[in-house]
Amino acid sequence: MNPHFEPITGRYLHLELLGKPHRLYVEEAGQGMPLLCLHTAGSDARQYRGVLNDARVTKNFRVIAFDMPWHGKSSPPDDWQDADYKLTSRDYVRMIVEVADALELDKPTVMGCSIGGRIVLHLAHEFPQRFRALIGLESAAHTDAYYDLAWLDRPDVHGGMVCAGVVSGLIAPMAPTVERWETLWHYMQSGPGVFKGDLHFYMIDGDIRDRVDKINIKRCPLFLLTGEYDYSCTSEGTLEIAKRTGAQATIMEGLGHFPMSESPDKFLSYLLPVLEKICALKG
Amino acid sequence: MIDKIANLVNADIRLVQRGRFVDTTFLIAVDDDCTLVRVQDGRVTKVTPGPFITPNYSFALRASRSVWEKFWRPLPPIGYTDVFALVKSRQMRLEGDLHPFMANLLYFKDVLATPRKEARR
Repeated sequence: MNPHFEPITGRYLHLELLGKPHRLYVEEAGQGMPLLCLHTAGSDARQYRGVLNDARVTKNFRVIAFDMPWHGKSSPPDDWQDADYKLTSRDYVRMIVEVADALELDKPTVMGCSIGGRIVLHLAHEFPQRFRALIGLESAAHTDAYYDLAWLDRPDVHGGMVCAGVVSGLIAPMAPTVERWETLWHYMQSGPGVFKGDLHFYMIDGDIRDRVDKINIKRCPLFLLTGEYDYSCTSEGTLEIAKRTGAQATIMEGLGHFPMSESPDKFLSYLLPVLEKICALKG
Repeated sequence: MIDKIANLVNADIRLVQRGRFVDTTFLIAVDDDCTLVRVQDGRVTKVTPGPFITPNYSFALRASRSVWEKFWRPLPPIGYTDVFALVKSRQMRLEGDLHPFMANLLYFKDVLATPRKEARR
């Protein structure tokens, strides 16, 4: 094998987020319209390695993926040891807007998966004018807890192993073995209580069922892509949003809850036509 | 299918290694047919079919025969690929002392799925 670098560059961004100084790890590749990518709960921006490395995407888009605070190579805030991490809708929306502002992104497209797929619905509702388009991967307006979240953060259970164990069945059975275990590895590396803290948003605070009807896709186009094997954000949940908003929804065959990470090539075959439509948008 | 679990698990060196700290007995209920599965150091050392008067186990997984049969297909239908998918859809009950199960989740998920390998043969 010839040693080689990928076209992705990673840097640390210092900025104020939610009123506190933060050190954020940001990866990017490509040139053109900004495409800001949001990872799933308890993981990090490595999930977007396939998108960041795909020349068909990066010829038209400046793809940016950052690790949220507490995740990946981003640090938690200075006083993290004094409180439990708990993601809220308010903080998550603010974080995305503040990161986009810090990077001086002009009307970025935001693509998020799972918690990211939920928060794009909040962005569509609250700040449609700020974005060129929004792409929700594995988007549902709400997901009920189907296990006791306390298992994710207790000293007598290995946090990394239980987080990977919880999400393992959300990957489609036909996902390539290497990508499946890469996806699980990211979960195994998550900090204590981080996945659980994200799920506070996903299963409790981020419920947007009562505001879906107020999303106006004429103000900001919304595209929905959901893997058919995802039983957390189900196809039915995505199609319900599409029905209520008029957004374009596609159920992706042979994919699960982590499409961009569990099977990047297959995911790109669904993403590229969406990106073409976004390129063709006026304004 | 359950009678095949011991050989399938014990023949998988990596699976046994992943469960090397597991020492428990759990119960699988297929409709009302119960089976106790004893695990020691990651190996399945005893599979005891019921009926039982006072079964002693840490946790139990209960589902109908048709649900287990779909779960054990080489390629299960959508919604039947994972224990938690079935718990979420209320087609499986997972009950008892869940600590051994959750602390060794990747292990037990693969143990429960081993009959898929047999079905592929």
